[in-house]
Amino acid sequence: MIMRFLHKFSSPPYFYSISGRLLPWLTALFLALLAYGLYGGLVTAPADYQQGDSFRIIYVHVPAAWMSMFIYVVMAVSGAIGLIWRIKLAEIVSISSAPIGASFTLLALITGSLWGKPMWGTWWVWDARLTSELILLFLYLGVIGLYSAIEDNRTASRAVAILALVGVVNIPIIHYSVEWWSSLHQGPTVTKFAKPSIHIDMLIPLLVMAVAFKVYYVIALLLRSRNELVQREQGSRWLDEILENK
Amino acid sequence: MSDFLHMGGYAFYVWTSYGIAFVVMLIGIIKPLLVHKQQLRGLKLKRQRGQR
Amino acid sequence: MTPDSLSNAFFSVVRRDLLLAYRHRAELINPLAFFVMVVTMFPLAVGADVELLRRIAPGVIWVAALLASLLSMDAIFRSDFEDGSLELMVMTPHPLSVLVLAKVTAHWLLSGVPLLLVSPLLAVMFDIESDVISVLLITLLLGTPVLSLIGAIAVALTVGLRKGGVLLAILVLPLYVPVLIFASGAVDAAASGLPVSGQLYMMSAMLFLAITLTPWPTAAALKMSLS
Repeated sequence: MIMRFLHKFSSPPYFYSISGRLLPWLTALFLALLAYGLYGGLVTAPADYQQGDSFRIIYVHVPAAWMSMFIYVVMAVSGAIGLIWRIKLAEIVSISSAPIGASFTLLALITGSLWGKPMWGTWWVWDARLTSELILLFLYLGVIGLYSAIEDNRTASRAVAILALVGVVNIPIIHYSVEWWSSLHQGPTVTKFAKPSIHIDMLIPLLVMAVAFKVYYVIALLLRSRNELVQREQGSRWLDEILENK
Repeated sequence: MSDFLHMGGYAFYVWTSYGIAFVVMLIGIIKPLLVHKQQLRGLKLKRQRGQR
Repeated sequence: MTPDSLSNAFFSVVRRDLLLAYRHRAELINPLAFFVMVVTMFPLAVGADVELLRRIAPGVIWVAALLASLLSMDAIFRSDFEDGSLELMVMTPHPLSVLVLAKVTAHWLLSGVPLLLVSPLLAVMFDIESDVISVLLITLLLGTPVLSLIGAIAVALTVGLRKGGVLLAILVLPLYVPVLIFASGAVDAAASGLPVSGQLYMMSAMLFLAITLTPWPTAAALKMSLS
């Protein structure tokens, strides 16, 4: 039953039409979550005892960082599926995720830097999390660069899947070694947000924003996947029919 | 209201963060939409010329 | 050792690569010269203050080793790719990952070992004490094979491309980070008189992990590049 659903879902025309119909709903959902999260984060949540209002940056910084890591995993897993079972849609989802993930990584770095400047006085701190995030950006750029360097889309997808899998195995190792390296020179990490008890009014907007960003990812992913799909399926009948009807 | 915009003195950092996030995410939606329009236009032209 | 055995195949590949390199032995000097020159650049750039140099020396030597390894990496598969021997290797009944391991072994013997031999000299130029130099050598011994093993994956991914060079660096440098961190961490600790066993154990672990895990993605990437 599930296999039949997956089989149907991964057929290009079906995916194209379903995604087209889902997009308006997803957009509405995203905007609703965003409004709620922003209101909670910027207005309702009380100012932090130590950091004042600057802590509100976490409502974009932390969800962006979470997404940067989540998307890499999705990219690697869908890449693996595409590599092993040669499912075109898996390949498309994998490579379409890369620029979105890279954008979130960049966002996490920029907002992290903007958060850090009033806190520690410098624009950049070589602490464990920011440094790991920077390396993650390089990993994303490698995937994007490799894909664009190979002419044939399907071969490129295979290459990028291998690279993403190697990357995903390495990320914990890199993260651990960077943490160890950072602990040598700085003592306990400075970016720790009040770990033990975080006020519920501060937590809920954060979770809402995290979900909102996930919905955004799905929207952006569907949009990019449709484009990649159209490009790969040029000349096929189902596409011709759609062009006729437009 | 002005308290809100002032963000306890951290206005620049907070609003720049949110602003950049907004811009980046907006571009991430608009760009694929534009590409899609372009693609469909190009493919329709190709069909009209009878090419495949 | 029967003619068709796996170990025979392994050693023949190693022997072949060493022989081919020997025939162009002038080229072997290049990565080595690069290594020495990059290391020399740093004192020129940061000034000759002995204290400073002694502090940055392990990191400088290791970064230079990274870059030199990158330079020589491309050669692992390229000539075989271009003259068709790579396709032949893929077609043999032997598992490609073992043949890959053989090629990487040969590459390390040709590029990593010379670095090992020259670095004590460079370390002396930075006024590093002899017991710290021995730690440096151990980290190089444990680390340079890992560089070759991981680098091979990236080379296999880009061997079919015309302009693979800079992309290779982008692909592989993030993966080198753990090796760099623990290697220079070990030497730094040794210089401060602190224990180094933790870092060295991590590096050994990485070495064994790399030996066992990297040949597979490398082989898969080679097959992809040939398709």
